[in-house]
Parts: sequence; structure tokens; C-alpha cells
Amino acid sequence: MDWTVLDTWIIVSGILAAVSCALLGNFLILRKMSMMGDAISHAVLPGLAVAFLITGSRASMTMFLGAAIVGVLTAVFTQWISHFGQVEESASMGVVFTSLFAIGLIIIVRGANAVDLDPGCVLYGAIELAPLNTVQLGGAEIPRSALALGAVLLINTLFVVFFFKELRISAFDPELATTLGFSARLMHYMLMTLVAVTTVACFESVGSILVIAMLIVPGAAAHLLTDRLITMVLISVAIAVVCAVGGHLLAITGPGWIGFSDMSTNTAGMMAVVAGALFTLALFGAPRYGLVSRWLHLWTLRISILREDILGVLYRVEEHPDASNVEVSSVLLGNAIGAGALDIRVAVCQLLRGGQLKRQGTHFRITGSGREKARGLVRAHRLWENYLVEHLHLAADHIHPTAEQLEHITDTAMQDQLVQDTRQPDRDPHGRDIPPALD
Amino acid sequence: MAITGILSRERAEDRTLGTEHPENAPLSIDDMTVAYHHKPVLWDIEYDAPEKKLIGIIGPNGAGKSTLIKSVLDLVPRASGRVLIYGHPYAQQRHLVGYVPQRESVDWDFPVTALDVVTMGRYAKIGWCRPVTRTHREAARNAMDRVGMADYASRQISQLSGGQQQRIFLARALVQDAQLYFMDEPFSGVDAATEKAIITLLQDLLANGKTVLCVHHDLQTVPEYFDEVVLLNMRIVAAGPTRDVFTPEMLQKTYGGKLTLLDEAGHALARARRR
Repeated sequence: MDWTVLDTWIIVSGILAAVSCALLGNFLILRKMSMMGDAISHAVLPGLAVAFLITGSRASMTMFLGAAIVGVLTAVFTQWISHFGQVEESASMGVVFTSLFAIGLIIIVRGANAVDLDPGCVLYGAIELAPLNTVQLGGAEIPRSALALGAVLLINTLFVVFFFKELRISAFDPELATTLGFSARLMHYMLMTLVAVTTVACFESVGSILVIAMLIVPGAAAHLLTDRLITMVLISVAIAVVCAVGGHLLAITGPGWIGFSDMSTNTAGMMAVVAGALFTLALFGAPRYGLVSRWLHLWTLRISILREDILGVLYRVEEHPDASNVEVSSVLLGNAIGAGALDIRVAVCQLLRGGQLKRQGTHFRITGSGREKARGLVRAHRLWENYLVEHLHLAADHIHPTAEQLEHITDTAMQDQLVQDTRQPDRDPHGRDIPPALD
Repeated sequence: MAITGILSRERAEDRTLGTEHPENAPLSIDDMTVAYHHKPVLWDIEYDAPEKKLIGIIGPNGAGKSTLIKSVLDLVPRASGRVLIYGHPYAQQRHLVGYVPQRESVDWDFPVTALDVVTMGRYAKIGWCRPVTRTHREAARNAMDRVGMADYASRQISQLSGGQQQRIFLARALVQDAQLYFMDEPFSGVDAATEKAIITLLQDLLANGKTVLCVHHDLQTVPEYFDEVVLLNMRIVAAGPTRDVFTPEMLQKTYGGKLTLLDEAGHALARARRR
């Protein structure tokens, strides 16, 4: 791998573009308008075309101005159509940006044949070529695109830092924001203008597809990872940086891994791949909102309920007149409760370790502490059965499943309440004794 | 010219002959009409809120209760009419007005803590582009203490129960330190303890000379909670002291057939229970 100044500039441009997008993307996501980035990045096309037709140049300033105006118009039109046409905002957004995109294409084809607007370039960008077009700044040779992206990043950073409080309140509670004098509409249009400007600045280097990816993915992944807005913004920036660096490294080394050692692939494309991979990682591995942690949480809950059910079954067995002849094995437990062998084994292990259960050969008995715990559960179960029959007039053979669920969430205070609200606190509807309360 | 001239003169006379608006009422609504997509939601609203009272806004679903509040706060445009807060337009009096929106109106998965949300009530005092300082957070903590939520300051808001979320909203209104409060169904979906805490807090506000207008659903508790009521069903059916206005006839007029149906259902249920 031959590292050149070019590679450094590609990564720098990538970072500048990705971070600019990610900063604003956080607030698009929180305002539930992720698609607005998509819409604006398409809709700016007529703005660019008209700006070119009027001035005849592709100078950055005019392009920015054209894009900014159309970007705001997109937001305004979307609002109008959804208000007057009484359609959903996303639907009116779809109408607006496709129409504007089409108008842009027509203008380019009919009026601006001279524009070298290459669709491939718009979609994927040309980050590899961008560093070739340089300007002199203070003696150093700096790529023009890096300069533009740097300016945009500076503006976006200042915007997020200075308007952090305003962005937070207008995204969380736009009505309160407006009544406090922070017009949610003004914040909305400021954000839209910056999204439009950022989109145009990034077009040249990373292309529109990556703009959309970088607006949404870093913020969406960060949202899964934290509960604080500041942290979310910082994480999204970090993800954007990793995407840019990782994307370029993958682009120049990736093809080698699969046997094309003398080639490299598109950096922008690889940035999107890295972004996708990071998002998937967050989706599964996030500490609280990740799929794995949610699944683990549900599983531990299931096991804790299972532990209580096992104690309950053994307690009821002991109640039986010929209890001494009944031997309860783990298979029997599994059948009685309807749980899988693995879950039963885990629950039994935990009970054995907690001293609430003891093993006698292949079968189990409850110990003193286990019996006490079980007594509370069975008591809650039977009190609930009484309550359900008396107050909800359910038939005695219909109440078991409901009581089975309620017993796990019934503490002693609720048990006392049940005793007060039912007529016979010592016998359940099936005629079985209700064990007395624990002291 | 003639017809429009006469009409406008008549309207002008109407206004001078109409109800005199007291000089500095906390809220004074004059001839207000609000429409959504040309469909009127509120008609000819004339209302002056008395000072230092707990006022309940009562009416059936779709009566325009929330819209009344939102149009007063300039969140929903008015088709006609004028609203004054302590004698001046709302835009000049923002600092005197606190607002508690419906709990369902925000996304509770938003990455903010309870303290962050309460601090938002101070944003107007802080001003554009200035950071939140310790003094403001201290004020927010005090307000959380007043609603019994001091221990939940650093919780993410989705981890709070419905009642706790409502208390957070109230604490946020408290730190606004307003004179006039609008609350949109603060009692909806809260537990008994929170309901009690809220009503204590409202009485506390009242004792401090504030005026509170509250959209309320539970007719049972109206006489107990509110000094004054506004009965609303697109128009103001009646407004005044609860003991004068909150009568079966007036409720019948406000709720129309809907209440009768509910009444019947209530009677049927009572009969079924007795059997």
C-alpha cells in the first residue's frame, strides 16, 4: 500500500463531509424527518441548474446560494402541500422533491447542455479526483473541495454549538419552544437551509447517496447508544470519522483481500459500507436499546419467573397427602410448567445455588427458604383466584392462567389488599387452603 | 359600498355595545373564531378570565378545548378576533404565560433527562444562544423537588411512569414562573397520588396569586377542583363560577346527546349491579 498526500486529502475531505452531515443528521432524526435529507439532496438540482444558467459559472458561492434557496423552498412546499392538501408530510415531501428533481433535469437538458453534469458523479461523487483541483492558501496547496467542506463544517459546528439549546427544545417540544419565543418554524428553516448547503458542498466529493447515508446513519446509530443529546452528537461525529477513515482504508486494501491486489475501489461507497456495518453493530450490541440486550433482559425475566414457578410446583406437590411418594425430576418440572429443558436447567441451577432447592438423586425438594418463598406465591395465586371469581365473576375453571401471571407481581401489601377485598381469605374457589401470610 | 359600510358600522357598534372587557384581565378573548381548513372549530368566543382563579375548561371530545388554548398562544392561527393577556397581545406577554401541553404531544424516547426537560422552562429567561448555567439547573431542581421528583433528575424520560412524566411537565411550567398558566389535560392518565400532588400544586399556585386554566375531562371532580368553569362546545355555552354554571341543564346543553347516552349507560350499569 503506497500512502500518498492524495490519500491524506481524500480522508480529510471524507471526514469533513461526513462530520458536517452527521452533525445536522442528529436533529433530522430527532425531528422524525430523516427523509428530509433525501428530499433536499435531490431537490437542490434545479437550484444548481438555475444558478448556473443565470451566472454561467460553477463558482461555489452561486451554487450554494441556489441550493440554499431551493432547499428552503422544498421545506416550504412540503409544509404547504401537507397543510392545504391535507396529506401526510412524508407524502407531500415525496411529491415536492421528485417534481423539483424532474424540473432540474429538464432545465439541464433543455437549457444547459454545456454543463458537464455527470449522473454518476452526482450519485457517487468523485472524492478520489477532488484533491487534484487545488488552490493556494497561505503558501500551502489545498484542495478546493476541502476548503469548501471545511467552511461548511465550521458553519454547522457553530450552528449546533450556539443553537444547541434551541435545537433541543424545538425538536423535543416545538409548541413549547414557540410559546417561549424560540420559533420552531425558524429553527426548522435554519436547519433546512444548512442541510441544503451541506448537501451541495458534499455532492462533489462524496456524492448524493453518501450524503444521505451520512445524514442518517451516524445519528441513528448514536441514538441507539445513548440517552443524552450531547453524547449522541459526539458519538455521531466519532462514527462519521470512523466511516471516512475506515472507508478509504477499505477502498484501497479491500480489493486486495479478495484477489485484486492492483486495484482499489470507490471510497464513498466503502464509507457507506462501514456506516452500515457500524449501524448493524449498534443495532445488535447497544447497551440498552440493542437487540441482544433486549433479548437478554427478556430471557432473565423469563428465568426468574420460571424459578418461582418451580418453587410453586414443588410446594403444591408437598401439599398433597402422599407427597413423600412423589419424586419430581427436572423432566417432570419441564412438563408441568411447559418450559424448555435448557431454561429449566438454568433456573434449577440458580435455585440450588441460592439454597432454595436441594437435590436428592435425580429429583428435587424445596428447602426452608424455598418453601417460604413458594408459600407467598401460592398465597398470592389463590387470593387472586378468589378476587377474580368474586369481583369479575369469572368461572372457577377460567381463572388459573390469570392468577398464574398476577402471582409474580404481587407483594405483601397487595396481598393484604386482596384479603380485605375478598370474603374468604383462607380458602380458594377450588376449596384449597390459602397458606397464611409470612411474618 | 353601502352594504359593506352598514355592515362594518354595525359590527363596530356591536363591539362597543357588546360585553365590556375588564382592563387587565389575565385573559381576554374578543370575538374569536378559529377554523381548520375552512371548517370552523371555535365560533365567536367571548371570554374574560377572572384573576387568581382555578378555571376548568370542560366540553366533549372535539369541542375545541385544546384549540382554544393553542389559538390564544398563537400556535393555531385565528380566523378573526383578538386576544389580550393582561391587557396586551400575547407576543408582548410571553413571559407571563406558562403552558403545559398534553403529555402525548412529545416523543418520550427523546434523548434528554428529566432535569433537561424541566430546565427547558427557563430557556426564555436564558435567551437565544446563551448556555444553560448552574443557577438555571438549580431552579429546575427546586421545581422538581416541589413536585416530588427530585430523585429522578438524571433519569431518561422514557423510564418515568405516566404520572411522573406529567409531574415533570408541571415542574417545567413552575420554573417558567408565569402569572397565567394553560394546562392541557394535566390529569389525564395519571395515578391517584399524582392527581393529588397536582391539585395541591395548583392550589399552591392559586395562593401565590396565579391564574390557571385547565382542560379537564373528569366531570366528577370538577366542582371539587375548580372555582370557575368554561363550558365549551365550539361555542362557549356558559362560563362563570362553578356553583352557578356547572348545572345539569348547562352540561346537557354542552354535551348534548352524548351526555344523555352516557347517563343512560350509567343508569343501566347501576341497575345491573343492583341485580
